[in-house]
Amino acid sequence: MARPDPDDVELELFIRALQLRHGYDFSGYARASLKRRVQGLAIARQCQTIGELTTRVLHDDGLLPSVIAGLSVPVSEMFRNPFVFKALADDVFPVLASYPHINIWQAGCARGEEVYTLAILLEEAGLYERTQIYATDFNDAALAQAQEGIFPVAEARAWSENYRAAGGSASLSDYWHARYEHLKLDERLKRNITFANHNLVADGVFCEAHLILCRNVLIYFTNELQDRVLGLFRHSLVRGGYLVLGNKESIAFAASAAEFCEFDARARIYRLGAVPA
Amino acid sequence: MPGPASMVSTAVVLGCSTGGLRALSTLLAALRPDLAVPVIVVCHRSQDDDDALFVELLARHSALPVVEAGEREPARPGRVHVAPSGYHLLLEADGRFMLSVDPRVRHVRPSVDVLFESAAEVHGAGLLAAILTGANDDGADGLLAVRRHRGYAVVQDPAEAEAPQMPQAALKHAGADAVIGLIRLAALINERCR
Repeated sequence: MARPDPDDVELELFIRALQLRHGYDFSGYARASLKRRVQGLAIARQCQTIGELTTRVLHDDGLLPSVIAGLSVPVSEMFRNPFVFKALADDVFPVLASYPHINIWQAGCARGEEVYTLAILLEEAGLYERTQIYATDFNDAALAQAQEGIFPVAEARAWSENYRAAGGSASLSDYWHARYEHLKLDERLKRNITFANHNLVADGVFCEAHLILCRNVLIYFTNELQDRVLGLFRHSLVRGGYLVLGNKESIAFAASAAEFCEFDARARIYRLGAVPA
Repeated sequence: MPGPASMVSTAVVLGCSTGGLRALSTLLAALRPDLAVPVIVVCHRSQDDDDALFVELLARHSALPVVEAGEREPARPGRVHVAPSGYHLLLEADGRFMLSVDPRVRHVRPSVDVLFESAAEVHGAGLLAAILTGANDDGADGLLAVRRHRGYAVVQDPAEAEAPQMPQAALKHAGADAVIGLIRLAALINERCR
C-alpha cells in the first residue's frame, strides 16, 4: 500500500489538535478544500508546513480566532444569484404569508450579506413585521461583523445590479448610507434579526423554522456531515417548510434528504414532506 | 528512453480562458470516443454564465459526452466534466468532485490552479495536464504542482494559441514535458489514455 502523503498526515494532526486543544471539530470537512484553506493559513503566517501551524495553534491561543475565521464560510454578496431571491419572493413568500408568525433560519450567515438580503426582501413583501430571522454561524468574528452591517463600498454597484435582477421594487441604495469607503445598512433592517453562535457540526435544533437558507455551506462537508446537517434541518423545519441550498449543491447522496421534495430545482429550493394539494 | 506514449495516464485536466471554447472544440473533436479516463475542464467564464449552454456548445463538437461536473459525483471515464461557473472545482481523494466558493485565486473562480493542484495530489504521475489559450497567468502554479507530483505537463504552443499569455506564463513558471498544438495534444491523450 502506498504511504500517505506527509501533508495529508499533517492535516489530520492539525484537525486533531484543534479538536483536543480548542474543541473545534473539522473532521467532517471535505479534505481537498480544507487542505487548501489550512495551507493558505500556514503560508500567511510564514509557516513552512501545516505541522508548524499546528504547533503555533497549540501554544498561542491568540492565533485561534484568525484560524477559525480562515476555516469558516467565506465572503458572499447581497442578492447573489438574483433568480434565487426572485423565486423566493414570487413562489415561497406567498405561502409563508399564510402563517401568523414566520421563523427563518439563516444557517452559516458569515458576514451577513444574505441575512440583510432576506430582510430587504421580506420588507418589500410586507412580511417583515411578523418575521423572526435567526442568523447563525460558529465564527464569532464573522457574527460580530454581520451584526454591524458594514460592507465595502466597492460592492455597491454589483449588489445593486443583483437587487434589480431579483425584482427589487426600490433602489438598494435606499437601504444603506455610504460613508467613506463603506456602506452601513439601515439599522431598522436589524430589528427582527437575532445573531447567535451555532455550530452545524455540533449543535442541535433550536427553533421551528418555516424557511432555512444554507447556501454554499454544506459544499465544504463530507457526505456524512452533510447528511447529519440535513437531518438537523429536517427536524428544525415545520411540515411543508422550505430549504434553500447553493446553486450547484447536490443532496442526492444524503439519506436525510429523502423527505425533501424538489420545489424549484434550478434555484435549489426544497420543501419538506408531501406538498398539500 | 521511454517516450510519453509508453506511459499510461489515469485522468486528463485542461485549463483555458480567452479562446477556450474554440480550442476545446478542436481538441475534444479529435479525441477517441472510447477514451478510458475522465477529462476535466476549467474554462474561465463570468460568475453567472449559463452553464447548460456552455456544456451544449462543447458537446456539439466533442467525440465524448460533455457534462457539468456535479458536486459529490465521481469523475467518470470517457466523459468530459466542465467546472461550473462561480465555483472552484476540486477532486477528492476518492475521485469525487467537490466545489468551493473560497475567494478567487489570481482573480478567477473557477481557478485552473485549484483544479490542477487537487488533481495532482489524487492522480500523481497518472495525471496528464494541459494549459491552453488564455489571457492571464492562471494555471502556472497548478502546472508546477502537476510536475512536482510527476504528472505529464503539456502547454499549448503559444504560437498557435488564440491568447498566448496563459501558455507562456505556465511555460516560464513550470516548464513542460511537451509544447505542442491541439491536434498533437489530442493524439497524445488518445495514446496515453487507451
